[in-house]
Amino acid sequence: MTSAIVILLDGIAYGMVLFIISVGLTVTMGLMRVVNLAHGGFAMAGGYLAAVMVVAGVPFIVAVIAATAAAGLLGALCELTIFRPLYRKGELAQVLMTFGLTFVMIAALTAMFGTDIKRLPVPDWLGGLVDLGIRPYPTYRLFLIAVGLILALALWLIIDRSLYGAKLRAAVDNPRIARAVGIDVNKLFTITFVGGCALAGFGGIVGAEMLPLEPFYALRYLVLFLVVVAVGGHGSFKGSFFAALTLGIIDTAGKYIWPEISAFIMFTLVFVLLLWRPYGLIPPKAAA
Amino acid sequence: MTDIPDKPQAAALARSSRFNVLWHAVPWIVAIAFYYTAGGFLSLGTSILVMILLTLSLDLALGYAGIITLGHAAFFGFGAYGAALFSLHVNTDPVLGLLVATAATAVFAALTGMLILHTQGITLLMLTLAISVLLYEAANRAYKITGGDDGLQFEMGPVLGLFRFDLWGKTAYLYALAVLLVWFIVAWRMVQSPFGRSLDGIRQSPPRMKAIGTPVWWRLVAIYSISAAMAGTAGALSAQTTRFVGLNTLGILISGIAVVMLVLGGTRRLYGAFLGAAIYVVVQDYAAKVNPFYWMFVIGALLMATVLFLENGLMGIMDKVGTLARDQLRRVFGQPSQP
Repeated sequence: MTSAIVILLDGIAYGMVLFIISVGLTVTMGLMRVVNLAHGGFAMAGGYLAAVMVVAGVPFIVAVIAATAAAGLLGALCELTIFRPLYRKGELAQVLMTFGLTFVMIAALTAMFGTDIKRLPVPDWLGGLVDLGIRPYPTYRLFLIAVGLILALALWLIIDRSLYGAKLRAAVDNPRIARAVGIDVNKLFTITFVGGCALAGFGGIVGAEMLPLEPFYALRYLVLFLVVVAVGGHGSFKGSFFAALTLGIIDTAGKYIWPEISAFIMFTLVFVLLLWRPYGLIPPKAAA
Repeated sequence: MTDIPDKPQAAALARSSRFNVLWHAVPWIVAIAFYYTAGGFLSLGTSILVMILLTLSLDLALGYAGIITLGHAAFFGFGAYGAALFSLHVNTDPVLGLLVATAATAVFAALTGMLILHTQGITLLMLTLAISVLLYEAANRAYKITGGDDGLQFEMGPVLGLFRFDLWGKTAYLYALAVLLVWFIVAWRMVQSPFGRSLDGIRQSPPRMKAIGTPVWWRLVAIYSISAAMAGTAGALSAQTTRFVGLNTLGILISGIAVVMLVLGGTRRLYGAFLGAAIYVVVQDYAAKVNPFYWMFVIGALLMATVLFLENGLMGIMDKVGTLARDQLRRVFGQPSQP
């Protein structure tokens, strides 16, 4: 029983990291129908910058905020120069372009910061253990769960309760009609893209414990992020939240219980689910 | 998604149907010349031939039929392990092994293709990726059969019972070249057949092709299986010529590299695969020795530049240069510009 709770908590913390990183990707794929394979690169950039700053002596909170902002800035730069021309092109061009961008990001980051695995030390107030009554549990994972929940709530308020969110949902459901009623879909997308990249950067930082910051980060974990988007349903925030949590729990449980075939179990489930529901758990209205 | 026929392609088709013997001979003459001049580089040449075959297979599925896949390594590895296991447990004859591995890969692709080709876009991409990962994990776990991380080492009999695989890789090179030639002729005939033209239509608009009565799904399954069979042959060749097969043949990196080589050379050109694969393997051989990450930068930038500035790859550039040169010659010699 105790270990079941620990597995569940670990899985939820891991799922939160996946959610924070992938939520931006779900917008890129769902809203602008752009196959973005470079998303992991923004998470990697955020993580690397924060790790370098913290090691250099910058306070943890400051480093996190600065690196998150930097990831957002990088996202803005890429959106204006690289993604804009892609909207009108086919899927193949998008796959290639963003694949190429990932390679360039990996090369640039390793050229700047070296090829060793980056460690991101957490401050003392997050590094200890908390007594949960059953057994001591790492504070940091509880912190991850809390951060993930707060972010999910904030995103839900923005998307479900604000005018910006209403426009965004309209544009995801039907970009052409959204344009016709006067919504500036491109501007909306730029803002959302930058927000998504900043979130990815943030996720890369706080998730460094579970997804270690190494040179091939952007490619190695890309499959995970894509799975979250595909399983959750393109463009669905609720879908990607539940997909990320489910994947986090299943993957963690698999690694605890049957480590030899955990990857096998997870991808078999994903495979079956995508065959059963090609548009994910919560399909976009346009596709359903 | 245009109503207007793909003009550059129609022109290319017209040109190739005139069967410009000279042009078609060039790559093969280069390949044979390489055999006599390569010396110690012959095994590099063999791996180029294998990569050309893999890239060619991807051109059929991705270039012509527009099946967005990142899972071709699954078929490459399937063929490689198929050839290795056949040689270890059944018969060491290379040609027989190659045929069996190719057929097995085609069956595997037909079965998985029937499942996944109902989907499209990112879902299809994910499913091809998932198959690739699943096969990798399966091979990794079934170490009693596949040798796991250690891979499999095996012996090969002489080709056709006559030519032994020698230390310098001469037999291996010519064997690979012969197999490539056979597959190339098949592919070249196929893309100009009505079947090949219908794939062009499916890539541009599946609903419209369905509307004019094309069995879209069956055509996709067919080309997916043929393309996979070709990739399986490439894998089997790679295993047979090195007498070794490892888990890396199933890795996602192979799928990625195949896409890079294809686009570098130019999609839907067949010979683009030759150009892309040759340049990729040679430059990588040099650059990776210097710094592997520097190489990633070059490849990444090249990919982005290809998408932004030259949609038809290196073959597109060669075409433009060729047209320019022809126009200049016509001007000089005063021939009519168009017959």
